[in-house]
Amino acid sequence: MRTAISSLDLRRPASLEEALGILRDEPRTPLAGATDLYVALNFGTLEPKRFLDLWPLDELREISARGDTLVLGALVTFTALIRSPLVAARLPMLVEAAALVGGRQIQNRGTLGGNIANASPAGDSLPVLAAADAVLVLRSADAERRVPITGFYTGYRKTVLRPDELIVAVEVPRIAGRQYFRKVGTRAAQAISKVVFAGVGGAAPRLAFGSIAPVVIRARATERALAAGAGIEEAVRILEGEIAPIDDLRSSAAYRRRVAGNLLRRFSRA
Amino acid sequence: MKFTLNGVAADVAAHPMSRLLDVLREDLGLTGTKEGCGEGECGACTVLVDGEPVCSCLIPVAQVSGAEILTIEGLRGEHPLQRLFMSEVGAQCGICTPGMILTALSLGPAPSLDEIRTTLAGNLCRCTGYPAIYRAVMKWREEEGRAGGHGGGRQGGAA
Repeated sequence: MRTAISSLDLRRPASLEEALGILRDEPRTPLAGATDLYVALNFGTLEPKRFLDLWPLDELREISARGDTLVLGALVTFTALIRSPLVAARLPMLVEAAALVGGRQIQNRGTLGGNIANASPAGDSLPVLAAADAVLVLRSADAERRVPITGFYTGYRKTVLRPDELIVAVEVPRIAGRQYFRKVGTRAAQAISKVVFAGVGGAAPRLAFGSIAPVVIRARATERALAAGAGIEEAVRILEGEIAPIDDLRSSAAYRRRVAGNLLRRFSRA
Repeated sequence: MKFTLNGVAADVAAHPMSRLLDVLREDLGLTGTKEGCGEGECGACTVLVDGEPVCSCLIPVAQVSGAEILTIEGLRGEHPLQRLFMSEVGAQCGICTPGMILTALSLGPAPSLDEIRTTLAGNLCRCTGYPAIYRAVMKWREEEGRAGGHGGGRQGGAA
């Protein structure tokens, strides 16, 4: 049964400053494109009652370059990522990932900040950000701090974000190596991933996987082996030992392990 | 809550977290927008907000304050794409049809079949009548092209 709307409360700040002031004074659940939160509402599993609507905050919709750093505001939608020439030039694997998030309807509302904050192990943008060594800018009314995406998640759906903080932006350093993204789901579009992978090539390759652990992971041991000159089959063996996928309704652990290895092989050939 | 609905100013007294879908169907009596899965998979509840397709079951009505909303009723049964959905048998049980048509309106000019399939990927037809749906959309864009139409289709029939 759906959550009773009358039990819910929404504040709509006109600025980021006002939003952070509200969060300093009372805990509220941030709401942006609502594409995850309203699914919970529709299924009656929405636990929070008090919400903070970030959607009006245009100051969080910026896509810009500051020198070698690509800056993506937290409210940038997947559609905005797909349409941005700057993102296409700097981080094409994020454009590929954005185009595979749900259908157009979801891409039009779902935001990068929301994908990060929702903390699903299957979040399509997360391996891209992990492989890109992206840094999250977290702000409260009193302070701002920067946390690497790989240090943001502490466990299944758990993050270091404090109740008075908002993700305001994602900073992505310039990437020299080739970029690769592949999502494996049940169909080409509109699927939640069984395994999702992003890689950056070069002398020190960077490999990130989603849907095969409670949080998005970098395959560090495999990266080190490849950087040290390991062959692809040896790297796949190390990867298979490094990851610990689970059986769930979308896939089996054995399938995920096999596919993760195959994705690494494809990446090495691409 | 004020917004423009099918070209006409609307003002509804609704809880700000009410789903846009419920405001359309229950407060405004426009039942052409259908409820399907409730999780953004099926697209039956698709409407256009400022020309972009969205799932109205996943939007708090507060977020469309000041926006332009187009529902299937805004096409008044007169849009060429509605006629083609009938003549090409793109509509079977009809539940997905309003969403399919509204999403198709967001297509650019002269789309390839692949672009149509990708754009409509978020709209499921449980009768599985996809070839007829794609045919109707292809014919519509071809007719628009021949007529030298301005392409977008976004405003089509809504004025």
